[in-house]
Amino acid sequence: MTEEPTPSLPTPLLDRHRALGAKIVEFAGWQMPIQYAGILEEHRAVRSAAGLFDLSHMGELVVEGPEAGAALAGALVTDPPSLAVGRAHYSMICAPDGGIVDDLIVYRLADDRYMVVANASNARTVSDALVERLVGFRAVLDDRSLATGLVAIQGPRSLDILAPLTGLDLDSIRYYAIADGEVAGIPAHVARTGYTGEDGFELFVDVDRTGQTWDALMEAGRSHGLVPVGLGARDTLRLEAGMPLYGNELGRDTNPYEAGLGRVVKLAKHGDFVGRAALEKVEREGVTRRLVGLVLRERGIARHGYPVLNAEGPTGVVTSGTMSPTRGDAIAMAYVAAADAGPGTMLAVEIRGARVAAEVVPLPFYKRPS
Amino acid sequence: MVPGDLRYTKEHEWVRVDGDEATVGITQYAADQLGDIVFVELPGAGRALDQFATFGVVESVKAVSDLFAPVSGEVTGANDALAGQPELVNSDPYGGGWMVKLRLSEPAQLDQLLDPAAYEQLVAEG
Repeated sequence: MTEEPTPSLPTPLLDRHRALGAKIVEFAGWQMPIQYAGILEEHRAVRSAAGLFDLSHMGELVVEGPEAGAALAGALVTDPPSLAVGRAHYSMICAPDGGIVDDLIVYRLADDRYMVVANASNARTVSDALVERLVGFRAVLDDRSLATGLVAIQGPRSLDILAPLTGLDLDSIRYYAIADGEVAGIPAHVARTGYTGEDGFELFVDVDRTGQTWDALMEAGRSHGLVPVGLGARDTLRLEAGMPLYGNELGRDTNPYEAGLGRVVKLAKHGDFVGRAALEKVEREGVTRRLVGLVLRERGIARHGYPVLNAEGPTGVVTSGTMSPTRGDAIAMAYVAAADAGPGTMLAVEIRGARVAAEVVPLPFYKRPS
Repeated sequence: MVPGDLRYTKEHEWVRVDGDEATVGITQYAADQLGDIVFVELPGAGRALDQFATFGVVESVKAVSDLFAPVSGEVTGANDALAGQPELVNSDPYGGGWMVKLRLSEPAQLDQLLDPAAYEQLVAEG
C-alpha cells in the first residue's frame, strides 16, 4: 500500500509562533516551532521559571464504551482499568513480537472513557492499530487529534501562573492526574503531566480555543518569566530528564525491557494482550543490550548514531546526545551490550574517528530540586 | 550588514587578511542559523590546510557543522577561548569568536572569495 505524501498541517497556533519570531520546521507532518529566542534560553527558562509549549500535533485518541478498559488492557502493555477515574499512566503499544509501536499516556476520563495520547509521528498508526484491537469489544475509538489543541506549561512557576486562570484546585491534581475544568473560561482537561522533568500541566482544549488558551497563559505568565519553548528545548529538557523519545530510544526494533521500561509491562494482569508471549520470553531470558546514560569525560558531544566502544571494540550506539544546558557537560543515551551497562563502566564514544571517554551513569541526568 | 573589510565564502566563513596572515571565522548569519553554539573543535598549530578542506567542527545544541578553510595555509594559532566560551561565536563572530589564524601559502586564492557586497547578496537570497 502506498500513500500520497500529504502536505504538513499548520498547528492552530502557527500565526502566533511566527509573530513571536519562531523558526518553523516540518515535524511529523506538522509545521512546528523549533525555537524562538534560542534553545539554551528556553531550556533555562523552563528549569528556573516556566515555559509554554504548543503540543497540538500530538494524537488524542478517545476510547469509549462499557468494555473500553478491557479492550485497552488487551491492546496495550499496561492495565488501564486499574486506573482510578482522573488518573493516568505511562504506557506502550507493542507489536506481537514485542517491538514498541509507540509510547503513550493513558488518561482515565470516566468509568468507561479513556484518552490515549500518542506521538504525532505515530498517531495514525496507533489509531489504526487500536481500531483493529477494539474489534469484538463494546468500545469505539474517536480520533480527536485534529479537534484537540494541546498546550503545556512546564517549570517551577507553572502552578502560580495557572492558578489565577482556573477554578480548579491545582494542588489537588497530583502528578499523573487529570481534572476537567475551565482555564480562562475555556473548557479544558488539565493534566499534571509533562516531558521536561519539571512540575507542570498539560491543557487539552478544543482546537478552536487553543489560541485563546495560549494568549491567556502568555499574558498571565509574563511577570513570572514564562517564555514560549520550541521542540529544540523540549528535546534537551527530556534528555536531561532521562525520558525516551520514540524514534531515538524506542522503536519497532526495541522492546520495553531493553529500554529499561520493563516495569511498565504488566505481565501480572489477567488476560492476553498483544505482545504478551514475546515479552514474557524477554522477561524470562533477559536482554542482550540495555539503554544507558553516558556522560562524556573528555571534550566532545555524542550524537545520535555515533558508535559506542568498549576496550575490545563496538558495544552499541548513541540514540540521543547533546551538551546539557543545565549540567554543562555532554550527556547521551545509548544502547550498549548488557555486560557494559553497569553504572561506573568506562566506555568510549567514537566521534569523527576518535575515541572519547564516556562513563555509564544512572538516569536521569537531572532531577528537579524537591 | 556584513563587515566591509573581510572576504567571504559561500559556506559562510570570513577571512581577515593582515600581511601574509589570515584570520578565519564564521559569519553572523551562519552563527544565527546554527543557533546556540556549544562546542568548537579546532586544529593545532602547524597543520597545513588546503583551500576548502575541513579544518574543524562547530556544534550547536542540535547540529554538527564542518568548518572549511577559505584559503590554503599553515595554521599558526587557534582561538583557545572558544573551548570555555563557545558562545563567543554567537555574540561576537567577527571579533572574539574568531577561530584560526593561517599563514597564507597561496594569497592569490583570496581573489576567488566573495567580497562583502557579493556575500550580502548571497545571504539575502537565502
